[in-house]
Amino acid sequence: MNGQLDDGLGAELLRTMWRIRAFEERVGRLTRANEVHGLVHLSAGQEAVAAGVCGQLRDDDAVYSGHRAHGHAIAKGAPLARVLAELMGRDGGLCRGLGGSMHLVDVEHGFLGATGVVGGNVPLALGSALAGRLQGGDRVAVVFFGDGAVQGGIFVESVNLATLWGLPVILVCENNGFAEFTPRSAHTNVERVSDVVAPYGIERETVDGNDVGAVRNAFARFLAAARAGGGPALLECLTVRLRGHYEGDPQLYREALAAEEWQRLDPILRLQRRGLEEGWLDADGPERLEQEARDEVEEAVRVARESPFPPASVAAELVYAP
Amino acid sequence: MAHELPYIAAIEEAIREEMERDPSVLYFGQNIATHENDPFLKQFGPDRVRVTPISETAEIGMAVGAAIAGFRPVVELYMAEFMLVAMDQVVNEANRFHYMSGGQVTVPLVLKAGYGFTAGWAGQHTGTIYGMFMGVPGLKVAVPSTAADAKGLMTTAIRDDNPVAYFHHYLLTLEHGEVPDGEYAVPFGKANVAREGGDVTIVGIGWTVPRALAAAEQLAADGVNAEVIDPRTLNPLDTDTILGSVAKTGRLVVVDQSTRHGSAAAVIAAEVADRGFGSLKAPVRLVTALEATVPYSEPMEQYLMPDEPKIVDAVQQVLGNAPVAA
Repeated sequence: MNGQLDDGLGAELLRTMWRIRAFEERVGRLTRANEVHGLVHLSAGQEAVAAGVCGQLRDDDAVYSGHRAHGHAIAKGAPLARVLAELMGRDGGLCRGLGGSMHLVDVEHGFLGATGVVGGNVPLALGSALAGRLQGGDRVAVVFFGDGAVQGGIFVESVNLATLWGLPVILVCENNGFAEFTPRSAHTNVERVSDVVAPYGIERETVDGNDVGAVRNAFARFLAAARAGGGPALLECLTVRLRGHYEGDPQLYREALAAEEWQRLDPILRLQRRGLEEGWLDADGPERLEQEARDEVEEAVRVARESPFPPASVAAELVYAP
Repeated sequence: MAHELPYIAAIEEAIREEMERDPSVLYFGQNIATHENDPFLKQFGPDRVRVTPISETAEIGMAVGAAIAGFRPVVELYMAEFMLVAMDQVVNEANRFHYMSGGQVTVPLVLKAGYGFTAGWAGQHTGTIYGMFMGVPGLKVAVPSTAADAKGLMTTAIRDDNPVAYFHHYLLTLEHGEVPDGEYAVPFGKANVAREGGDVTIVGIGWTVPRALAAAEQLAADGVNAEVIDPRTLNPLDTDTILGSVAKTGRLVVVDQSTRHGSAAAVIAAEVADRGFGSLKAPVRLVTALEATVPYSEPMEQYLMPDEPKIVDAVQQVLGNAPVAA
């Protein structure tokens, strides 16, 4: 375990991670009940990356994500009920039901958006970073993507351009070892994503992505440099995707993770064990934080269910900006 | 007041004037501003005028991100085909962000793409590919045919809050025309009736507008009075003006340098068949390029293209004066 966590910070990280976990588990059930009707990709198991990164950002920093975006949106501050209403296709959703799980956007909280085509989001963050630099100030841009995106030309093009122009963008790779349904070994001979970018002279680090302290510390270093006028960085977080690629994925391509193994890896349980050991979390803390998160998610379910479906006119009205 | 300019200079005039007017307009592109005497670089500086690597996907994607963040980038692509390298960004990111965000963001972006360079540039630099883009929701498509429209449509493209694919025709590059002085914006979705007439409607697009006008002059010598319509933008498409003209003439020929099934002509013909069938006194004729890659050899290149004799022949067919080809 890495980094100094005091009472307040440790609990805050746990709270965020539990909110994501409880949300994702509830979405899984809502998907099976067909209340969430479309394609969803859950981030359970990867919460430490979202919490460790987004907790350090401001609303005026831009975050982009990909198809597995719920956790990033939540960690960046998107209200649970509005994320869930979006997944349920309701008018009260973040995007009035026009985006859905893979296209969440919450401008108010600087979550500029999730895109559904692997790698397609990376250059968008460069644009936000360029805008921040041109407008002055110390805003940064962050883009989350999986290890599957790294084999695409768009990734290398973007790394080249970001380093060439010294843009304040931090590329955060969630390396969960699977590109959709395929193990990394079937995609590339390069084991570490941080090695792919080595020739560009970009700041880079690979960390245990299930150790929220390690994620937080490494990201803090890159963030401080970017805020101070520095250039891009790449943070590779080795993590575990607890669910399939999508909800309903039979996962024929991998062995189920043993329960004991997951107990050891789970970023939430790890942080709770640490909190108990270090004394900043009391014995009741884990159960209390989990329950608070689950209650909050149930309240979000209640609110989202009350939101109506959007009127049909919206389907044509928003194709073009006026 | 107006001044005479070549088509290409009229485009640059619009970009320069908009950059002077609005500091949020940026200009990116491959091979632009590669030397310190570049006029755009000298006037606007290296923050706003940027040469990019040959990385269309990152270049356009970055411009999309900058547009979402409030800038108005104009991306110089030189060849329309280079957009194909970055199709995800053009037809799946830039155009959908406003919609999929529920209207939270806008993407004011101009993709400046030259096309149709049938002058020995062979198969990969000559395509007339706007048809691929005109059915893409969220994207607008401009196709100027004159120097004045080249300026006016670029001004409008830069001011529009949506992504615009601006297709300029390379064979028109040095065609001169009168261009209004100062700010000049041509509205999107308003066709230009380039020539009035009552016997037949000819719709041209881009470079085929002057071809259609030349054909109309030949026809006039034979007593046929053709109306020539230039839609100016394919999305939005001013279907009403075309339908109104067909209601008057009862006959329609659509001229397009694209391959037939990927053409704007096919869409225009379908709109008239769907909404104006009752006005038609004869079947619609399309004069398009051959369904082929543009060949390198010069006579072959000419064989492929729609030209005045083909337009005149099609008009005579819809007038019942010439046999309809099988």
